[in-house]
Amino acid sequence: MVPSDLRYTKDHEWVRLDGDTATVGVTQYAADQLGDIVFVDQPDVGRTVEQYATFGVVESVKAVSDLYAPISGEVAEVNGELAAKPELVNSDPFGAGWMIKVKVADPSQLDDLLDAAAYERLVAEG
Amino acid sequence: MSASGPRLQPTIFERSKPGRGGGLVPHPPSDALDRIPTEQRRERPAGLPELNEAEVVRHYVNLSQLNHAIDVGFYPLGSCTMKWNPKVNEWAARLPGFANLHPLAPDVTTQGTLQLLWELEQILLEVTGMRAVTLQPAAGAHGELTGILMIRAYHEARGDTARTEVLVPDSAHGTNPATATMAGLHTVSLPHEDDGGVAVEAFRRALGPQTAAIMITNPSTLGIFESRIGELLEAVHEAGALAYMDGANLNAILGRFRPGDAGFDVMHINTHKTFSTPHGGGGPGAGPVAVNERLEPYLPAPRILRDPDGAFRLERPGERPTSIGRMRAFVGSTGVLLRAYAYLRTHGGSGLAEVTDDAVLAANYLKHRLAESGAFDIPFEGVCKHEFIASASSIKKRTGIRTLDIAKRLLDHGFHAPTVYFPLTVDEAMLIEPTETESVETLDAFADALVAIAEEADRDPDVIRSAPHTAPVRRLDEAAAARNPNLRWRPAAGDWTPCPD
Repeated sequence: MVPSDLRYTKDHEWVRLDGDTATVGVTQYAADQLGDIVFVDQPDVGRTVEQYATFGVVESVKAVSDLYAPISGEVAEVNGELAAKPELVNSDPFGAGWMIKVKVADPSQLDDLLDAAAYERLVAEG
Repeated sequence: MSASGPRLQPTIFERSKPGRGGGLVPHPPSDALDRIPTEQRRERPAGLPELNEAEVVRHYVNLSQLNHAIDVGFYPLGSCTMKWNPKVNEWAARLPGFANLHPLAPDVTTQGTLQLLWELEQILLEVTGMRAVTLQPAAGAHGELTGILMIRAYHEARGDTARTEVLVPDSAHGTNPATATMAGLHTVSLPHEDDGGVAVEAFRRALGPQTAAIMITNPSTLGIFESRIGELLEAVHEAGALAYMDGANLNAILGRFRPGDAGFDVMHINTHKTFSTPHGGGGPGAGPVAVNERLEPYLPAPRILRDPDGAFRLERPGERPTSIGRMRAFVGSTGVLLRAYAYLRTHGGSGLAEVTDDAVLAANYLKHRLAESGAFDIPFEGVCKHEFIASASSIKKRTGIRTLDIAKRLLDHGFHAPTVYFPLTVDEAMLIEPTETESVETLDAFADALVAIAEEADRDPDVIRSAPHTAPVRRLDEAAAARNPNLRWRPAAGDWTPCPD
C-alpha cells in the first residue's frame, strides 16, 4: 500500500502538496529496487526544477539513478539529514527520507501525475 | 570490515620495526643532499617501513593470494572479457628494448617501438574496416570521449553547431551517457524492443537536426547483436548525425563483422579485453579509436607516421591544425598495446575468427545449460553472442535469495561471480561472459555450481545469505563502505608514525 494522499510519477517519485509547497521523495518500491542507498545528490536551494527533468541523483550499492521532479518550481529546502544518513530513504521513504521541498509555480501540474491507485497498478505490472 | 580475519595481516607500516632494514639499501652518501636547497629538504626522514627482505616478499605474496584472479580460476564477469592472458604477451612486453625505453627518447632511437605501434594500427584497421586510428586513449571510456570530441569537431568545422544531443540505447554501456556529458552534449536514452534491439520507432522520434551522434554498443550489454543496424545507421546519416560504436564487445564479432563496412564512423577498441592484458581494478588499459575518412582530420596528435624513406616518426606539434589535440601523454599505454600486438600476431586472421566463434559457442552452451536446468530465468531467448543474461527474479520471489547472495555463494565454489545488477533494465540480472579460453569442463562445473546454489536456495537459504564462507573475509557491508569510505590507513593515535601526514 502506498499513501493515498500523494501523487506519483512513473519514475517512482512521490509529491505532497501543502499550500504552495510540495515535498518530494522516492517511493518504497524505488528504495527497495535500488537497494542500500549510499548517497543522494541534491540540488541547491534556490535552483529552479522543471517537471519531469532531473533534479538530483541517487546512488545505491547497485546503481546510480537520476531523480525526476514531479512538479516545477523553486527549491525551497533540501533534506540535509540525507547527507549523513542516506539510509533514511530506505527506512522511511515517505517520511524522514524526503528529498526536497519545492515552491510550486503551477499546482495544476499535479493533475498529470498518477494517483495512489494508478501507481499501485503500475508497480503491480512490474 | 576490519582487517582482522585469520588470513589478513597488518599493513606493511604496522609490521615495520625501526632498524630492521637488513642493511641492503645503502644510505645515500653524506654529500648527496648538498645541492638540494635547504627549504626543499624534508624536516624528518621519509617514514618508509623497515622490514627484512623475507618479510616483505611474504607479505606481498600472501596479499596476492587473497584475490580471485584469472590465474586462479574462472572469471565470467560479463562485459569485462576476462579471458586468459597468454604469458607470451608478458614476455614480449618485458623485452628490455621495449620496457626500458625512455618516453622522451628521440624518434631516431625508438624506431622499433614506433614500427610496432604503426603495424598495430594497420592490423586494427583491417579488423575494424576503418580508415585511420589513434592509439592514445588510456582505456575504453577515454576512447569514447576522444571519439565524441572528434564528432563535435566535425560538426563545428561544418558550422553545424546546433547538434547537442547524443542518442544512447538503454542497453549501451553506462560510460556512453557519461561520455556525452563530458563532451558537453546531452544524452537522450532510447528504449529497447522485446528482442533486445533498439526500439526503432522511439529512435526515429528522437533523431533530428539536433542529433550529433548515436552511440551503439554492438553487440549490446544484453549479449545481442543489433540486427537492425543497417536501418539505424542509414537513418542516422540521413539526419546528418554520425554513428559511434562502443567496441567493448568486439570479442563477439572478430572476423565476422567489420563496423567500418557497416557504416559506423568511429569506434573504440578495448585492447585489454579483446586482445588480452591482465586488467581489472581500474587498469591498465588501452582504448584505440578507429575512424573513417569523415573524422580522420580530427584524430588526436601526434599520429605515428611513416616517411617515404621508411623511417617512422611522431607528428610534429602543429603539423595538422585540424587535430583535436593530445588526449594522453606520449603515444598511449605502450605496454598494453605491445601485448595486443603479440596477441594479434600469435592468432593471425583465422585465429581471430576462431576466437569469436569459440566465445559465442561458450556463451550459448552455458546459456543453454542454465535454460535447460530451469533454475534461472533467461529473459532473452534465442542465440546470444559472447555473453548472456540470466536472472534470479523467480528465485527471489520464491525464496528471498537475491542475485547478490548467489554471487557471494559462487565464491565458495571457487568461481568469481558474473557481473550483477547490470544491465539495469533486467530485474536481478547476472551478465555472464565465459570467453573462448575456458574448457567445456570448466563451463559445466560453473553451470553445476549455479544450479546447486539455486537448489540450496529452497533447502537452506541461510547458508547462501551468509556466504561467502571460505573467502578471506566474509560478507562485507557494501553500504557502510560506500557511505563512509575509509581509503587510507592511518596509525592509531600515539603510535610511532612511519609515514607522516
